[in-house]
Amino acid sequence: MTAVHEVGPQMLHTRELPKKERMTQETAAERLERVGAAAYRIRHHALTMGEVQGQGYVGQALGAADMLAAVYSDQLRYRAEDPEWEGRDRFLLSTGHYAIGHYAALAEAGVVPVEELETYGSDDSRLPMSGMSTYTPGMEISGGSLGHGLTIAVGMALGLRHQGSEARVYNFLSDGELDEGSTWEAAMGAHHHQLGNLTAMVDINALQADGKTDTVLRTEPVTEKWEAFGWYTQRVDGNDVGALLAAFDNAAAQAAAVGRPSVILCDTKVGRGVPLLEDREKAHFMRIEEHEWQLCREQLTAGYEGKAAR
Amino acid sequence: MSATTAVKGTAPKLKTSAMIASFADPGQKTAPAPFGHALVKAAQENDKIVGLTADLGKYTDMHIFANAFPERFFQMGMAEQLLIGAAAGLAETGLVPFASTYSVFAARRAYDFLCLDSAEPNLNVNIVGGLPGLTTGYGPSHQATEDMAIFRGMPNLTIVDPCDSVDIEQAVPQLAASEGPTYLRLLRGNVPTVLDEYGYTFELGKAKVLRGGNDVVFVSSGLMTMRALQAAKALAAHNVDVAVVHAPTIKPFDAATVLAELNTDRLAVTLENHSVVGGLFETVASAVVTAGLGKRVVPVALPDEFLDAGALPTLHERYGLSVQRIVAKVLAELG
Repeated sequence: MTAVHEVGPQMLHTRELPKKERMTQETAAERLERVGAAAYRIRHHALTMGEVQGQGYVGQALGAADMLAAVYSDQLRYRAEDPEWEGRDRFLLSTGHYAIGHYAALAEAGVVPVEELETYGSDDSRLPMSGMSTYTPGMEISGGSLGHGLTIAVGMALGLRHQGSEARVYNFLSDGELDEGSTWEAAMGAHHHQLGNLTAMVDINALQADGKTDTVLRTEPVTEKWEAFGWYTQRVDGNDVGALLAAFDNAAAQAAAVGRPSVILCDTKVGRGVPLLEDREKAHFMRIEEHEWQLCREQLTAGYEGKAAR
Repeated sequence: MSATTAVKGTAPKLKTSAMIASFADPGQKTAPAPFGHALVKAAQENDKIVGLTADLGKYTDMHIFANAFPERFFQMGMAEQLLIGAAAGLAETGLVPFASTYSVFAARRAYDFLCLDSAEPNLNVNIVGGLPGLTTGYGPSHQATEDMAIFRGMPNLTIVDPCDSVDIEQAVPQLAASEGPTYLRLLRGNVPTVLDEYGYTFELGKAKVLRGGNDVVFVSSGLMTMRALQAAKALAAHNVDVAVVHAPTIKPFDAATVLAELNTDRLAVTLENHSVVGGLFETVASAVVTAGLGKRVVPVALPDEFLDAGALPTLHERYGLSVQRIVAKVLAELG
């Protein structure tokens, strides 16, 4: 493993402070730098896991790394040593195949040991290819059959509110998942029940199993759909950490004010951060040659350090 | 058949009537909305219990709970995938949800959600399905003739097919207290009260011998236990002595109690308000074969067909669930 430890230590593993208090402890630039560093480490972890398998959903993990960093290093309240802590915010990964990215985020958060990432997808590992709550600490649901996450999120948000909990529910969806009717059943339900404690994040990488989203089943106009379903809707560059943090801040303010569910639609680029993969023909399940992994890591680090230097 | 010849028939045609036809016999003792009242009672003792439905509160007796605990009731709209997925989410936060819809919708429309979101993590989610088997004359869109066949293959899921108001009243608190997901085949409205006369108590996972008999042994579940008891009385007039074993928990199945009764030379008959495929008959048959009994078992069950629309008494007679048809079948078997 190279470079990953050169960019500074991981953040504190337990973040329970109310958001406002945390905000006052750092400048906006520091916050941006902190989350950007987390995104870099998440990408690095994803490459480590991808190399174990020799293939996999590395492209999605790289594309979603900024979203995962924003949520795990800036939004979620959790206790790394006690993933079941009752007061935790819930992060629901309904796209089970993004588990590689989620494990990377859990390692960044200190819930899963970094050394364990090398077991990804191996027999008897706690880190199976498709994310499951019964295998992995910090994994709230078993995703993979798409269109489930938001329905469960509605129940969780109802249940937490009913019991007077301040915890929030975040559901990570993909744009392909918008094909599923159940996602829209849940979207209606969340609005009907005024679930201001629910935030959905949609990774719009415009790619699904059989090809480009607009050739498989056209989901656009996505923004207008969520608005029509009554959600507080924002669409941002999902690879722009500053834009993501601003969107989360807006969503939190909105949720407190009017009790509406929020959705952050994130346009992302598959393979983001590794030019070799960004330029590769886009594929749902990416193949990477044995000799290319080191090159990927070098490109990732060079890009990150170049950006940090600017 | 032309309209003219139909009119010329001697007996007037029975009407399909309401969506949920009563299967209580005229003058039979009944209890109103036993599920709704049992859920309210259980909820008074356990503040974790919540209720939800998919636009069928009034038709599943969930409205009784909704009226008693409006703040603990969640209307999910006509959206069964949301209903079942949200039930899992509620359970994830430590609540004990009871989610009601029709059996056809729970089994056919929302299977994946119950399977992956509640059964795989073994959450205490309780599904309450109305109109199980042949309890409506509205045709295959509403007749859940294969719900148990669909659900039996789901690991961790407990399946209960109650006979009457006694079963339902006693089952509800046990379902709430049990770990893991459950599916209750709901009987709603004015539900017959039958088992109170047999010194019976419902125990989750247990079959009970309701009466002994030397010639025939009935193994039944659901409303067919009521018919089995009636048929046993009718057969006594033919000098046929019938034992009745009630097996309301289809899964996990109490094979020990049932096999102990079947391991004799009596005629063995299963009776269920469900397709002959994948329900009680096949549950019993697999237990018999697994134990190496080599015993013939005669099924009284719905045929492996899409059933007709019509009046419930007509349909129960047509498809062999009536007392008269059961008696005839047993007498024919005994030769």
